Amino acid sequence: MVGFVDHKRGQAWGLLTPMLLIMVGVTAWPLVRTIWLSLTSATIGGDPAQWVGLDNYLEAIVNKDFQKSLGRTLYFTVVSVGLELVFGLMVGLMLNQPFKGRAVARALLVLPWALPTVVNAMMWRLIDAPEYGALNGLLFQSGLIDEYRSWLGDPSIAIEMVILADVWKNYPFVALIVLAALQTVPEDLYEAARLDGAGPWTRFLNVTIPGIFGPLSVAVVLRTIEAFKMFDIVYVMTKGGPADTTKPVSFVVYHEAFSYLRIGSAAAYAILMAFLSACLIAAYVFLLRKQERRA
Amino acid sequence: MTHRKSLHTIFLYAAVLLFMVLTLAPLFWLFVMSVSDPVALTSKPLQWWPEHLDFSRYEKLLSYKEGGVSEKFLRALQNSLYVSVAATTISMAAAIPAAYSFSRYAGRQGVLYGTVALYMLPSVAFVLPMYLILSSLGMLNNASSLIIVYCTILLPFTTWMLKNNFDQVPLEIEQAACIDGASLLDVIGRITLPLALPALGATALFAFLMAWDEFFYALLYTNDIRAKTLPVTIADFAAGRATDYGLISAVGILASIPPVMIGLLLQRTLVSGLTAGGTKG
Repeated sequence: MVGFVDHKRGQAWGLLTPMLLIMVGVTAWPLVRTIWLSLTSATIGGDPAQWVGLDNYLEAIVNKDFQKSLGRTLYFTVVSVGLELVFGLMVGLMLNQPFKGRAVARALLVLPWALPTVVNAMMWRLIDAPEYGALNGLLFQSGLIDEYRSWLGDPSIAIEMVILADVWKNYPFVALIVLAALQTVPEDLYEAARLDGAGPWTRFLNVTIPGIFGPLSVAVVLRTIEAFKMFDIVYVMTKGGPADTTKPVSFVVYHEAFSYLRIGSAAAYAILMAFLSACLIAAYVFLLRKQERRA
Repeated sequence: MTHRKSLHTIFLYAAVLLFMVLTLAPLFWLFVMSVSDPVALTSKPLQWWPEHLDFSRYEKLLSYKEGGVSEKFLRALQNSLYVSVAATTISMAAAIPAAYSFSRYAGRQGVLYGTVALYMLPSVAFVLPMYLILSSLGMLNNASSLIIVYCTILLPFTTWMLKNNFDQVPLEIEQAACIDGASLLDVIGRITLPLALPALGATALFAFLMAWDEFFYALLYTNDIRAKTLPVTIADFAAGRATDYGLISAVGILASIPPVMIGLLLQRTLVSGLTAGGTKG
């Protein structure tokens, strides 16, 4: 019997081997290497790396540029994901109602989601363009603005324009999950609530929300993880400008490594960012395991 | 009561209409830009529909000419296809046995969740050492390097999604085959995989979408038409000051056709993939 158990274990690990080899080689090992680099003064093409201990981290934490970009990234994450949650819920509920053309409307929801991130960013960059651009055209011709504005060139509003582009593309993700989750809420729960005299709002709060809470929380945490990593959308829409007002944490790492060629301190920023992401990921894995157990 | 009901109906249809307009308007404008002549796009008041449809950009992009924009676009398309297909194939090949192992053998849950967690970390945590290695091996600006790197994103995702799908293949059929003396590989190849075939297809398409969309690694590890993928090329086009809006829009439309087709095809299975983390952006 012991032999049989060992045989089974061997099989289980044997089947895992190709995946583990790739994961260790191109994920786990680079991560360890990044941690090591972050403790050195490594540069691209400069002096040989020297051990500097936690110096890079100490410098990173007090760096104003890093602190500001962290604040900006959090602002972007909270506002984007918040709006995506609200619109995702509303549109998910709407598309769950019976109406003519529902299949078409549901298919439309897939379009922004499937659009490549870079194409979405480019599209909104053109819409927000200063001298022409559809947003200026629309607002000017409907009399809402007197003259064309530079939406992405204005430090007071640029990040909101990036948020708008991000929300347009990503709220469908939340809506799709809400829509699927709604199918699993038993109809008789609504009936029972109705018989108890519950109005639409009470039914929503006490039947719908608890019924879709699990998938909804997974969706929100996933979106939060993704939003915190944002890079592509900013790279294409604003390159971090104007005056750094849309510069996220990922850009600090990018500039440190590939503009200033300081690999060591770039690695420290990367590890700090990864640590913050890891907290969110822990929440995701926790929710996922909870759902697994329920299913 | 009927009055309230019709009010509800009117409100619902108004909301649906608003949703459709807000979803389609930006995409519609992208298309209009791609078929308008430059003068119409810079006119004030803005011309919302061109006097005559001008498909010359599509023609320019799709007919290969050395040194022209079509070379940049078509080479990027080729690189994107090559990298996405190859990375998807490799990660499926490694994910199938791994997912089977996680699904059928008790234990090793820590490895499973560890893998999922590792891949959700931001790319910046892995990008620097791999850059240094690829650079010292002379493998930067090489589409094949991207394939290996993309496996780190695709493999945990495909493993997780396939594991969830293998969980639904009934164990009894496999056990019956085992009693009949079939080997493990026979069982996987002849029973589990055929039963999970739709899920295999959906997972592969999801993986393809993720590779097609990837930007960060491609931006850092490639620098000319030999290896640049579509997202990087689009970013280049968008950054060029003098470039024609219509041309950039046409590139965007062409680059979106494959993922949008796949998205519509995946509609039914979308949600299982989405909760498994099948999103990039």
